[in-house]
Amino acid sequence: MGKEGGCGQNKTMVKQEQELANRPDNTAFTQQRLPAWQPMLSAGIVIPGFVIIGLAFIGIGVALFITSKNIQVMEMDYTGFEPDSDCFKCSNPEEKNCVCQLDFNISSRFEGPVFFYYGLSNYFQNYRRYGVSKDDAQLSGDLDNFKSPSDTCSPYDTDGIKPIVPCGSIANSMFNDTFLLYREVNGTNELVPLDGKGIAWWTDYNVKYRNPNVTPLKEAFEGTVKPLFWPRPAYELDTSDPNNNGFINQDFLVWMRRAALPDFRKLYRRIAQGDYARGLPAGNYSLKIAYNYPVLSFQGRKKVVFSNVSWMGGRNDFLGIAYLVIGSMCVFMSIVMLIVYAKFKFPEED
Amino acid sequence: MNRHRVDSLGPDDEVMPYSDDETDDELEASSEEEPEVMPGVPKLYLILFSVSEMAWKVKANDRPYHQLPEFQKKVFLCIKKSRYSGNDIKTYKYNVLTFLPLNLYEQFKRVANLYFLALLILQIIPDISTLPWYTTLIPLVVVLGVTGIKDLVDDLARHRMDKEINNRKCDVLLDGGFQDLKWRDIQVGDVVRLKKNDFIPADILLLSSSNPNSLTYVETAELDGETNLKFRLGLRVTDEKLQEVHQLAEYNALIECEEPNNRLDKFVGTMLWEGERYPLSLDNMLLRGCKIRNTEACHGLVIFAGGDTKIMRNGGKTRFKRTKIDELMNYMVYTIFVLLILVAAGLAIGHTFWYEEIGADAWYLFDNKNQGASYRGFLSFWGYIIVLNTMVPISLYVSVEVIRLGQSKFINWDLQMYYPDNDTPAKARTTTLNEQLGQIEYIFSDKTGTLTQNIMEFKKCTIAGRSYVNLETLKTRPVDWSWNRQADRKFTFMDHSLVARIRSGKDKDANEFFKLLSLCHTVMVDIFPSGELVYQAASPDEGALVTAARNFGYVFLSRTQDTITIKEMEEEEKTYEMLALLDFNSDRKRMSIILKFPDGRIRLYCKGADTVIYERLSPNTRHKETTQTDLDVFANATLRTLCLCYKDITPAEFEAWSRAHKEAQVAMFDRDGALDRVYEQIESNLMLIGASAIEDKLQDGVPETIATLAKADIKIWVLTGDKKETAENIGYSCSLLTDDMQIHYGEDINRQAHRRHGPQTSRQGKKKPTEPFFPAPGKNALIITGGWLVSIDFVDMACECEAVICCRVTPKQKGNVVSLVKKYKKAVTLSIGDGANDVNMIKTADIGVGISGQEGMQAVMSSDYAFAQFRFLQRLLLVHGRWSYIRMCKFLRYFFFKNFAFTLVHFWYSFFNGFSAQVAYEDWFITLYNLAYSSLPVLLVGLLDQDVNDKLCLKFPKLYLPGQQGSLFNYKNFFISLFHGIFISLIIFFIPYGAFLQTMGQDGEAPSDYQSFAVVTASSLIFIVNLQISLDTSYWTFVNCFAVLGSIAIYFGIMFDIHSAGIHVIFPTPFTFTGAASNALRQPYLWLTIILTVGISLLPIICIQFLHKSIWPSVGDKVQQTLEERKKPPTFQRGQRSRRSAYAFSHSRGYADLISSGRSIRLRPSGRGGPQSSIREIPQREAENI
Repeated sequence: MGKEGGCGQNKTMVKQEQELANRPDNTAFTQQRLPAWQPMLSAGIVIPGFVIIGLAFIGIGVALFITSKNIQVMEMDYTGFEPDSDCFKCSNPEEKNCVCQLDFNISSRFEGPVFFYYGLSNYFQNYRRYGVSKDDAQLSGDLDNFKSPSDTCSPYDTDGIKPIVPCGSIANSMFNDTFLLYREVNGTNELVPLDGKGIAWWTDYNVKYRNPNVTPLKEAFEGTVKPLFWPRPAYELDTSDPNNNGFINQDFLVWMRRAALPDFRKLYRRIAQGDYARGLPAGNYSLKIAYNYPVLSFQGRKKVVFSNVSWMGGRNDFLGIAYLVIGSMCVFMSIVMLIVYAKFKFPEED
Repeated sequence: MNRHRVDSLGPDDEVMPYSDDETDDELEASSEEEPEVMPGVPKLYLILFSVSEMAWKVKANDRPYHQLPEFQKKVFLCIKKSRYSGNDIKTYKYNVLTFLPLNLYEQFKRVANLYFLALLILQIIPDISTLPWYTTLIPLVVVLGVTGIKDLVDDLARHRMDKEINNRKCDVLLDGGFQDLKWRDIQVGDVVRLKKNDFIPADILLLSSSNPNSLTYVETAELDGETNLKFRLGLRVTDEKLQEVHQLAEYNALIECEEPNNRLDKFVGTMLWEGERYPLSLDNMLLRGCKIRNTEACHGLVIFAGGDTKIMRNGGKTRFKRTKIDELMNYMVYTIFVLLILVAAGLAIGHTFWYEEIGADAWYLFDNKNQGASYRGFLSFWGYIIVLNTMVPISLYVSVEVIRLGQSKFINWDLQMYYPDNDTPAKARTTTLNEQLGQIEYIFSDKTGTLTQNIMEFKKCTIAGRSYVNLETLKTRPVDWSWNRQADRKFTFMDHSLVARIRSGKDKDANEFFKLLSLCHTVMVDIFPSGELVYQAASPDEGALVTAARNFGYVFLSRTQDTITIKEMEEEEKTYEMLALLDFNSDRKRMSIILKFPDGRIRLYCKGADTVIYERLSPNTRHKETTQTDLDVFANATLRTLCLCYKDITPAEFEAWSRAHKEAQVAMFDRDGALDRVYEQIESNLMLIGASAIEDKLQDGVPETIATLAKADIKIWVLTGDKKETAENIGYSCSLLTDDMQIHYGEDINRQAHRRHGPQTSRQGKKKPTEPFFPAPGKNALIITGGWLVSIDFVDMACECEAVICCRVTPKQKGNVVSLVKKYKKAVTLSIGDGANDVNMIKTADIGVGISGQEGMQAVMSSDYAFAQFRFLQRLLLVHGRWSYIRMCKFLRYFFFKNFAFTLVHFWYSFFNGFSAQVAYEDWFITLYNLAYSSLPVLLVGLLDQDVNDKLCLKFPKLYLPGQQGSLFNYKNFFISLFHGIFISLIIFFIPYGAFLQTMGQDGEAPSDYQSFAVVTASSLIFIVNLQISLDTSYWTFVNCFAVLGSIAIYFGIMFDIHSAGIHVIFPTPFTFTGAASNALRQPYLWLTIILTVGISLLPIICIQFLHKSIWPSVGDKVQQTLEERKKPPTFQRGQRSRRSAYAFSHSRGYADLISSGRSIRLRPSGRGGPQSSIREIPQREAENI
């Protein structure tokens, strides 16, 4: 303002603005006129949509179902609940260091790689108080927590005098049956090599669980006691491989990753070495089980599972069937909707 | 109550006693008979001497007096304080120190916040702490913080306002001289001096003023919204003796008066001075909030200060209003509480059994705690209360507040509710009631200033049988007034022929017509130094007529007690001697003036209602028929008409009449009657000149708005202080009444009630249900006067009518009508008004709307919404109200759903984890679910959603109906949300359950671990709730899109962060899900599980919605369908209608008394006995103004 010519005009404009000082802004947002798309559930979208989704689901379902059917699974209960079963003798808790043997036959080649799982039923690893009964700081190698474990570990935090490492119910109840698989080759039993490396999550092995930076590892555990139910202290979990000890022991890691449901399987070993990389050939096998873990007291079951996997993982028919059912329902409902729509959109009289 | 009244003929609306004392009791008192009021003795004086009311004592110029122990009241324990408040006002709630404790205290008064505090405490107890403390603390802190900040901002604004007002300056007499003090330092008993245009700082007794007779004009716009000036008079004794400062300093009267109260129309007290007692009334009072006008200076004594003043008492406590949805929501939260307790108890029992059966034997679960199964069940109960607490959504209340705030902002921002003429935007003063706007069933509207502009326009006239029309539709330029220097430039007139005739001077009748208008009135005039004339009229009608006369060349210049000076046609000024002024009253419906012309002729001019004038016309008057025809035409155009006539009187005749008049003036008994009879004598054999027609100008768009609102099934009642005829007239002109309606009048209620109850049935007897009052089909309308507004019968009858007009109602009655309808009809009500007389109903109704932008602020201050024009109401209700309601309902339905779906997964999981209160998700997910992952999209739906745009909302008012029926959110919807939530939670749990039961990962690792399961359920949930809100969103802006995608992205972002290696290394204990997300979401199998879960959750909903829409389409769906078919907007036609009495005159008596009596008004001998009778009957007039 101030220049001749435009001056008067400017003044009136300024004046007008002052007069309308309270005038709200005229923007799309303040006037609720934002550009918008107003989708309608119109028949033209919904009915073809349902058909397409239905067909897609059926397709996925078929693929899943076929894949699932092609996966070989062999599951064997070795709890020894029935008196005539092989492990019945071991089911008595008084029996120490009991070993039982499970013989089985594979009629056709079990395609590799084969995974060897142990499974527990009616076992509540997802029980809340059980689940929190551990000390994450201790398990990540914090030596302070070696000396004074967290309260959450109670009653497995100390044995009364010395702290327990690793503390807590989960660690204390670690699964301790061991298995040896033999194949009958020409009348003799040949040990099938089991690979226990890399059966735990990479993050658990490398990040979440760490041994204290003390060598030898044993010194770190000085002044602590092993969990009450453990036969050996943590630093001696794997006598064959010194690097597979402490908190990064693979079996320990697998056990510590608690299951979501009371029936669960945990990976025990891979069968992927030597001749068995392509799978288990047909033939007779025997499984030697060091039966240590009591489950009958709480009506639990133990089993071993051999399985191979596909792109979708292990065998599970549920998902395939569910997809097929939902897909068919979609197609069916699209027909129902079409009829209803036709009836109400174009009434007979009108 | 008042039964004898109902049974008798009923109150005549013109003589209804109008003191509020009566109406006060009318609805509250049960069956007590009215005290018999002595005829002619206003109640005021009866009360005046009842001692009990005189508890307030004020001593002039004596500050210590008011600190005497007898005037102390207990404040707190033994701390005592003077009962007289100081003049500082305090509307703020907090100061620096008290903000935190007080605000927290206020917030924890809310049940929801208290509940979460209790939860927090529960979570600290280790035995039952199933969730870490932060899951509750973080949301609670956020919620408290947001609310606290909002309160703080509000309070700061109040601080500023208070400071501004308290620091205004005023002259106070201290130590013998006037000192400039701040308002806050004024005390009761102080003598103050006020100058022209000052705001009055307290309730002040007027002592003297610079005008003669201590006449002081005040503008009461802030109090009652009326812009015409009122005058106040000091007592004669104070006026005479208290003009000088030293006199004022020695003034030491003791005032005894009523205790502070909120009655703006009543004040009683006495002044004890120099041994004599003088009565005081409202006439002597200057109330806080008014403005001094046209008076150089005046002196007064402060009677009530600060919080004791009438305006503050009035504005006092605003009733806390809640919406229907609020109540419903609270009940639903209670329902959820009950559900929560039941579910937790059920699960606790489950745990007890499980522990006995399995848990006790499971050696691996041994916890060395010697607790029995029942005790464990008990602990588990509390554990589940904590786990399932998210069923009661913590963020519900704060989200609702945010949405309402946003909707209020949209109202404030709406350009289509902005009135550029006085630069007034709409304002939502309450931010908690928006969705209620979508549920209104009854509107109660004030008339003056709300429906009408309170501007009277001289529209038409008929002079000697020839009619002149002033319509904008005539495509001519308005008359040029430049020949007339005194003309009011704002006045426009279209008919050039009239001006031409007058200027030519040939049409004697036309000249006489305007001469009459310039002489026969009670208008007062002010001449500004610039020479501009400003008329002060008792009613806008008179102002309009005199202004018209002024522009047509008959300029009213000045008046004295007995002369009137006018200027005729730019010639010399002429002074007429006023021999008598026969003032208007509501019985006479006319006023006359007897003038002695400069040439000695004596002539009577009279103007009045056609009905009364026609009876008194001389048999040889001309143009009777043509004028009558014109009057009919005017009346049909809903104009307010007046007939003008004159009569020449011989001096002898006048002498005789004058004697009779004087006698009547001093009559001791029934003076009014005597005067009326005398007036009657002279007002006969009149010669008709013509008639004027004035338009009570409606606000813009009023008829259209009323028609639209009526189509939305909103019943509109007009409550007005006006007379029946005026009100009916306005009813027609604003299309509230239409010709196809059958009009019923107040008297009918009597007959109808009789027919229903039989003559001797008691009113308290049981009501016969559902018998309609109006058996005849068709539309009905009711016009009723204040006195009838007492019974439930009235409500029943009125609610059967399409339109109701209540005339001559007092403010109190207005409020009572509203509360009657609220009480008996359980309906949502809205009141709209502009003046202090509407404050009562504005506060009573569920929603109060004030018309802002005019000078009066009282109505606006007590309103919930304020805007400048009545027509904005349709936009407020049909657009903003409807949207707000739909948005809020959508929001609530979804919000409940989303929390059920979220929380109940824990419930299903319980069956598989030994009822151990193990949660199905990660703790951090629980903490952030309501805050970050699912709230933004629904918040945006609550803010932005529109099913149809604003134009369609207004075009199809039927779209408003679902709100009135409350059909979008009720218990049915709540349970649908509940079952929807249960359904979704079932799917979210059991699909992954089935998938996890026996599976292995792609690489053979077991993915069936708890953490992967938690990731899958949480991811499914996030997809489902965000896609569900996408389905519910009917207005997709980029913001919505952004929010939905953003929420999902934020979920994954935060999850991958929390599950990352880095954060675990830094905080190993709180972040234990390391690697879970990356491990789980690597598996195609789990993705397929998530897709399936989402599909099963959403597809049935889409299917049901589609089928529902096809089979039972909603109003909105139909509108979309019929949109193409119906292009024509409904045309609004005004049919022929019968002749209505359109008599209109001032609302009240004129200033005649003041004019004609001058100083002598007080000296007139009293016919009524009371010492006050010399002062005019202000109470009645006041009431009529309302």
